[in-house]
Amino acid sequence: MNSIEHAVDQHAPYNSQGFFSKVTRWIFTTNHKDIGTLYLWLSLIMFFVGGAMALLIRAELFQPGARIISPEIFNQMTTFHGLIMVFGVIMPAMVGLANWQIPMMIGAPDMALPRLNNWSFWILPFAFALLVSTLFMSGPAPNFGWTFYAPLSTTYGPKSTDFMIFSIHLLGLSSILGAINIIATIFNLRAPGMTFMKMPIFVWSWLITAFLLLAVMPVLAGVVTMMLADRHFGTSFFNAAGGGDPILFQHVFWFFGHPEVYILIMPAFGVMSEVIPTFSRKKIFGYKFMIYAISVIAFLSLLVWAHHMFTSGIPLVSELFFMYATMLIAVPTGVKIFNWVATIYKGSVTFETPMLFAIAFLFLFTLGGFSGLMLSIVPADYQYQDTYFVVAHFHYVLIPGSVYAIMAAIYYWLPKWTGHRYNERLGQWHFWLTVISTNLTFFPMHFLGLAGMPRRIPDYALQFADFNMIATIGAFIFGFSQLLFLINIVRTVRGKGPHVSNQVWEGAHGLEWTLPSPPPYHTFSSPPTIDECK
Amino acid sequence: MVKRIPILFLSLITAPIYAEMKVNMPLGVTPLSHDIYWLHMTIFWICVGIGVIVFGALIYSLIKFRKSKGRIAEDFHEHTLIEIIWAVIPFLILIGMAIPATKVLIRMDNTEDADLTVKITGYQWRWKYEYLDQGISYFSNLATPANQLNNKAPKNKWYLLEVDHPLVVPTHKKIRILVTSNDVIHSWWVTELGIKRDAIPGYIHETWARIEKPGIYRGQCAELCGVNHGFMPIVVEAVSPMQFAEWVKQQTQGKVTFNTDVKLTLSKKELMGRGETAYDTYCAICHKPEGTGMPPAFPALKGDKILTGKPGDEIAIVLNGKAGTAMQAFKNQLSNEDLAAIITYIRNAWGNDDKNKQGPHAGELVQPEDIALAR
Repeated sequence: MNSIEHAVDQHAPYNSQGFFSKVTRWIFTTNHKDIGTLYLWLSLIMFFVGGAMALLIRAELFQPGARIISPEIFNQMTTFHGLIMVFGVIMPAMVGLANWQIPMMIGAPDMALPRLNNWSFWILPFAFALLVSTLFMSGPAPNFGWTFYAPLSTTYGPKSTDFMIFSIHLLGLSSILGAINIIATIFNLRAPGMTFMKMPIFVWSWLITAFLLLAVMPVLAGVVTMMLADRHFGTSFFNAAGGGDPILFQHVFWFFGHPEVYILIMPAFGVMSEVIPTFSRKKIFGYKFMIYAISVIAFLSLLVWAHHMFTSGIPLVSELFFMYATMLIAVPTGVKIFNWVATIYKGSVTFETPMLFAIAFLFLFTLGGFSGLMLSIVPADYQYQDTYFVVAHFHYVLIPGSVYAIMAAIYYWLPKWTGHRYNERLGQWHFWLTVISTNLTFFPMHFLGLAGMPRRIPDYALQFADFNMIATIGAFIFGFSQLLFLINIVRTVRGKGPHVSNQVWEGAHGLEWTLPSPPPYHTFSSPPTIDECK
Repeated sequence: MVKRIPILFLSLITAPIYAEMKVNMPLGVTPLSHDIYWLHMTIFWICVGIGVIVFGALIYSLIKFRKSKGRIAEDFHEHTLIEIIWAVIPFLILIGMAIPATKVLIRMDNTEDADLTVKITGYQWRWKYEYLDQGISYFSNLATPANQLNNKAPKNKWYLLEVDHPLVVPTHKKIRILVTSNDVIHSWWVTELGIKRDAIPGYIHETWARIEKPGIYRGQCAELCGVNHGFMPIVVEAVSPMQFAEWVKQQTQGKVTFNTDVKLTLSKKELMGRGETAYDTYCAICHKPEGTGMPPAFPALKGDKILTGKPGDEIAIVLNGKAGTAMQAFKNQLSNEDLAAIITYIRNAWGNDDKNKQGPHAGELVQPEDIALAR
């Protein structure tokens, strides 16, 4: 980033002369903008790594029969694709956005705990190196899916499972430190006059997400530690022969796992609540209710974990409780969708790339919500569970939900960060290819699941052949379209494209738009005055 | 079926379709599967209805309020009453969905008054069916030959959905189904019966079915259970109660036992013939028909030092499995004859019997007696 030239503040401009100091600048940086950039690049790299794995999976499934990769490698690829996309792509991207935006949006000079911030990021490359190194070891890499159910991952797990366990410990550590930092920043560093109910919704959504992270990341660390003890220290948490219960694993895992999916989506809600008002040139409709809705979703997300386990034989009463609680989530989620639609209603809408992604989010995330509602109905879930219907569902909420939101956010804020407008034509091509290929890939999966195709199988019966072929074609289009995104980002960061004003977007509101584009290395060293806020 | 047009077009240029292409859940053949189907369709149409309203409002707003048409944004951004309304209406719809779902669920939970009890045990990677009252017990393995998996032969209609011994059950009887597992978690799933039940090692969970139509119903394991998760299908054959009684009689007469005390000597030809068939069913999925395995998880048997040495160690491994690996114990799964045949086969196939290369013990036979001694 060329933010360095604009830095006028004290101890700002790193003397980035010479290779060594260029490297140490990124290693030792405590600047929220630098760290945000690091998170976002890591996420983008991992997006292509995890995406390449997805394409291997889809290539194998192009036609029935053993084709490209063996079932063993197939299982490793599904495991790594899941782990990398969740922990290596969406979470770092959201934290990167938080790092860049939260201080600028609340008028803070930096994050509250800058050194901790540096550490939270630099744990990640080591954690992923540890995880990915297992692919190059002589024994099998983790091959039991990203949910690593016991006893497949304990008694029957390959030796490399221990690397995965330590890697998850590190990832969890990084997330917890990041969450602490975000909470501390929002609580302590708001500019005078920036009351809680004036904070942008993006900041609100991250505040609630950070609390969820604090609530569930230790539980994830707990479950992998129990695995470790079962594997090496003779305990029997998940082994019925020693008085344990394999279902306990699923309870503990999903107590983390379900809030986790809301951790992935709630910052996306925040992004939508910034992008949609800007391009509708109208204030967000129902600001207060949007915040209540996120809070209610966060609370409910802690009470619905067992809906991932309806076929595991949990008692009738639990099934009923978890069914009702899960259905309830549709209410606040619906409120959010309705409010976004009402924001567009009677606005003055333009269709720049961020808005296009936001509109696709509204349509396709809602679709994923519908299949989620269907999945909450326990008897019907007996048929959907562990099929491609579920695969379709969670890809519809994660790609048009989280990933589109991240893309919208990048297109929306990149001009602010770099001072240059991205290439709009390239952005529109990227959007249309992405949205068409997303549907080509994942829509047929609904049919596959309903017709009876289980997930995580490397080969399938002939009746599933046609839809699988379509899905694979869609996946390859999706994968290669993302190169346009990469090209667009690199061009913009390197200063191609017209200069932008402070305001960037006609309808944008908020403190970050009062700063120059690109903002100086240190911003709001003295707090701004809050006159007009959402 | 507008949706299917591009798919049909695509299918013209792809492999021939053997089975009719399905886009929805089958109605199924049990009361529970009917209930599920009905619930599924109800919720589906409710979602469609909500979708039409929400997407309609969204599309209308996007078309009507474009800046390019000279629209200027109006300033309104709050309305408490409307927020309450669009929270309460979905809530009421949800109650409407929850009531029938609860009723069905309670009905599903009732496994009382069963006419027949079948215990299903998941193994890596096959199913074991036990008729507790009739004393029948057998394993059900994937029957698709390896050359079809490797695309060396045309795939038949029920590729990956065919087994050697299906689960045979009577129609019009309440069948209580107990599901458990021997190793990792599996899931016994037959769409047309409306049953998916996880097989948990150390625990037994139950469900039930009353099949209303004779026929063959196919399913698959639905929970990732290791490398051959995709290769443990389920086939249920529903026959009339009379035919079922006949089948039970046949089974109990020619009962499969493990002949642990019978002493029998078989010729090499007999052993090799029987061994190859049994090997293809039980071993080839990991160790491959060519004995090359899938190292490092599944070692090659071709040229293996244990198999070309003095018989002994390999018998122990096949009988008791190998701790810490996917190699399971076949002690209680196969008879002495089959085990002797398999071990003789793997000691002699793929050039393992070449005394010049592999040493003096290469190609020695193993008889059922050797297995009986080692048990």
